[in-house]
Amino acid sequence: MQFPGGLRAGTDPSGHTTSMRKTRVIIAKPGLDGHDRGAKVIARALRDAGMEVIYTGLRQTPEQIAAAALQEDADVIGLSILSGAHMHIAPRLMELLHEKGLDHVVVLVGGIIPDVDVPKLKALGIAGIFLPGSPMQEIIDFINERVQPRAEAV
Amino acid sequence: MKTVTPERTASITTISGRPIEPLYTPEDVSRLQYARDLADPGAFPYTRGIHASGYRGKLWTMRQFAGFGTPEETNERYKQLLAAGGTGLSVAFDLPTLMGRDPDHALSLGEVGKCGVNITTLADMEVLFDGIALGDITTSMTINSPAPMIFAMYLVVAEKQGADWKMLSGTIQNDILKEFIAQKEYIFPPRPSMRLITDIFDFCAREVPKWNTISVSGYHIREAGATALQELAFTLRDGIEYVQWGVDAGLDVDEFVPRISFFFNAHSDFFEEIAKYRAARKIWARVMKERFGAKDERSWKMRFHTQTAGVSLTAQQPYNNVVRTALQALGAVLGGTNSLHTNSLDEALALPTAEAATLALRTQQIIAHESGVTNIVDPLGGSYFVERLTLDMEEGAYKYFDTIDRMGGMVAAIENGFPQREIAEAAYRFQKAVEEREKLIVGVNAYVETDEPPFPILYIDEKASEAQMARLAEVKARRDQARVTRALLQLQEVARGAGNTMEPLLEAVRAYATVGEMCDALRTVWGEYEEVPSI
Repeated sequence: MQFPGGLRAGTDPSGHTTSMRKTRVIIAKPGLDGHDRGAKVIARALRDAGMEVIYTGLRQTPEQIAAAALQEDADVIGLSILSGAHMHIAPRLMELLHEKGLDHVVVLVGGIIPDVDVPKLKALGIAGIFLPGSPMQEIIDFINERVQPRAEAV
Repeated sequence: MKTVTPERTASITTISGRPIEPLYTPEDVSRLQYARDLADPGAFPYTRGIHASGYRGKLWTMRQFAGFGTPEETNERYKQLLAAGGTGLSVAFDLPTLMGRDPDHALSLGEVGKCGVNITTLADMEVLFDGIALGDITTSMTINSPAPMIFAMYLVVAEKQGADWKMLSGTIQNDILKEFIAQKEYIFPPRPSMRLITDIFDFCAREVPKWNTISVSGYHIREAGATALQELAFTLRDGIEYVQWGVDAGLDVDEFVPRISFFFNAHSDFFEEIAKYRAARKIWARVMKERFGAKDERSWKMRFHTQTAGVSLTAQQPYNNVVRTALQALGAVLGGTNSLHTNSLDEALALPTAEAATLALRTQQIIAHESGVTNIVDPLGGSYFVERLTLDMEEGAYKYFDTIDRMGGMVAAIENGFPQREIAEAAYRFQKAVEEREKLIVGVNAYVETDEPPFPILYIDEKASEAQMARLAEVKARRDQARVTRALLQLQEVARGAGNTMEPLLEAVRAYATVGEMCDALRTVWGEYEEVPSI
């Protein structure tokens, strides 16, 4: 079933109008790498598709990203990793998310990931891996298919 | 009056979005005056090239960027490249080295040796060039924030080999402005970073006079999403900024400008790139002479290295990349590049395998020896289309210079976020154009193949990290710790004052201080820079 990422008004059982909050996405650049073209393009595409996007900027540790996910009540974390450090960063982040009770957060990785590492990342719980050439729309659709909009707190 | 006939697509533009007319005629270049705007190759303003004989006299340097894992592994790859006919070395460092961190730093986890070779102390540099006589070759080192430290290591290795610094030639990239704009591998804030660079200008003018102290780069700006015009304009304006800071630091223009070099991207739109290189030479010559009053013709002659566009290469159908690289390399050669790196076909997948790296070098050799384009200098000179594109690029660049000058210069423009915003906008526009199929990329949004077979790649594991940590421990055990501590304190004192930072750095390097220790000493004095994230 497809859930659009934008705001949607509805009615709750008591007859009150409710609105659905935007899907909240953290786009993060973990590790030392500063190449941020992809991260920024995706961040903008998701924002234009109606999502609430928080871009962490560069040089984030898994600890900082997990803390941001908690603080921002994120639905999705998108990691941009081109440096080859994914097999260190991803396990550590998934561990921290688990510790913080954030197993529901959909974690995506974009960047340069050797084929042999894709199943390893999936086994850690990474929901989607987007390699060079992945269309922005594919990522938007992927998120919308997996994140259930929640009602706004009133 | 240009005839208009039905065309294949709604708008025909270069990859940068510049509209192209159906036909170019003498009318399009009526304002061109040969002596003023072109001149012969080897004559001011050098639009047609800086050497009268072009490649008939000397081919461009075939300088393949390489580095991965441990210094031992990279040393082996350098020997392979030299044996295969490479004519210059080019060092790729890993992210810990680039960011001034030791392999045992928390941020270095998983990063050691993955994007380039790990160099932590002089001991690593000694291994990197083992069996390679630095006095006999030229080496380019792609290092920016810790350029002074790495350069000091190179100088000490050369000295230990018995080479004379006065004869040593090579390049350090050392271009911090493009880090703030595009590659984002900065450590210190802009102003102290510029001080490190002017210290190197001054040091080399006296001690290492044949060394190219900076490679003012457009490559990374382009890879980050800039158009060809933005690449040209921001790179040249960065060059102007460095010259201004050098002059403000008390140097005479002709003392250091001859050793400024440039580094451009060779992207896919063939003629746009050729026009870009020609405009670059012309602009630099005129600006050095007219804006800065440079009198030495070596200050007017722009020398540049080019790398084919990594960002244009695809993970899908990797063999297509051989073709892309060949066409891009040809454009660079027709544009008169002085030095060239051609990417490997596996660029979008990993660091190159030895086979892929060799094929990339062979691409240059085939262009050089089989295509005939080296038989004549600037063969496209006089083309109505190319000359018009060149003039338009030049005009566009000057408009950007005016904008940036009015902002107070490039450092001010960067602090304002101007070039960064231009680039992010251009990157997003391009991606939309690709997704809307206005721009086609073979294998990605056209002629796609499902179920491609697996492709062999170079996989770098954690052995490099383990080896480097072991060597680091061994170096620390052997070295005179008191000497290191004294050297680092001296470095901080000079950094706080007005002396040349290269002197205390050379001492620290000789004492086997680490890249992390030297950078941390300066972090304490100058602080660290991080940009405010924006989408």
